[in-house]
Amino acid sequence: MFTGASQFALVGVIGGGGSVWAGAAAAALLGSRNALYGLRLSSLLGVRGPRRVLAAHFVIDETTAMAIARDDPSLSRFAFWATGVALFILWNLGTLVGAVAAHAFSNPKVLGLDAAPPAAFLALLAPRLRAREPLAIAIAAAVVAIAVLGFVPAGVPLLIVAVLVSIYGVLRTQR
Amino acid sequence: MIWAGVLVASVSCYALKLAGLSLPQRWLQDPRVQSTVPLIPIALLASLVATQTFSTGHHLVLDVRAAALGVAVIAVVLRAPFLIVVVVAAATAALLRLL
Repeated sequence: MFTGASQFALVGVIGGGGSVWAGAAAAALLGSRNALYGLRLSSLLGVRGPRRVLAAHFVIDETTAMAIARDDPSLSRFAFWATGVALFILWNLGTLVGAVAAHAFSNPKVLGLDAAPPAAFLALLAPRLRAREPLAIAIAAAVVAIAVLGFVPAGVPLLIVAVLVSIYGVLRTQR
Repeated sequence: MIWAGVLVASVSCYALKLAGLSLPQRWLQDPRVQSTVPLIPIALLASLVATQTFSTGHHLVLDVRAAALGVAVIAVVLRAPFLIVVVVAAATAALLRLL
């Protein structure tokens, strides 16, 4: 799974005591935006066969942003592959370092590491909040998630919020 | 069991990417899909911020994580890079626990 927000969500739900399946569902829902990125990129990249199978792995926020920011299609393709390969290597090296280093800490709370995931989610969220509607959706989602938290298994608040925002999105378009 | 879930999530995430590159363009160009899908990460990330800051298991909790989130909000408003936002939040929680 090479898409950061989904990785964090899966780990977050399991770490919070939720079922692994609620975590997997949240990860897949967060990954749905990559399908739209793929749609934007498919004409830019023009990849077929095995190259498409490899290119799909690199379809993420960063590579899409770097590729669509170029005017020249050949520069777009270069930006996509260069960003994808560099991020893939560094991200997984970082993950390995984290996995090895985690064994060195007896209590991650001492380092404030339990405060790190919400901050990471916030940093991923912030660039998407540059208008009034997404900000309102974010606040409403947070309120709903907190409100249902005590009544459903861990991880399920995310799925409730995903269903509600999808209904809202479809209804809004039809108006 | 955990690894089965990781595998399912991984395959799903990859399939969504490949679908975007492979499916006929008009399938995903439906206005309902185009306007709804970008909202899902916003709602899910906001829910994750809220639940991971203000709860432990099924209980609402107000502890140093809330202060850490406040500092993270300031960092985000100041357009700090991702790593800085995470580090200042963790450092805030760690320092407050030392007090």
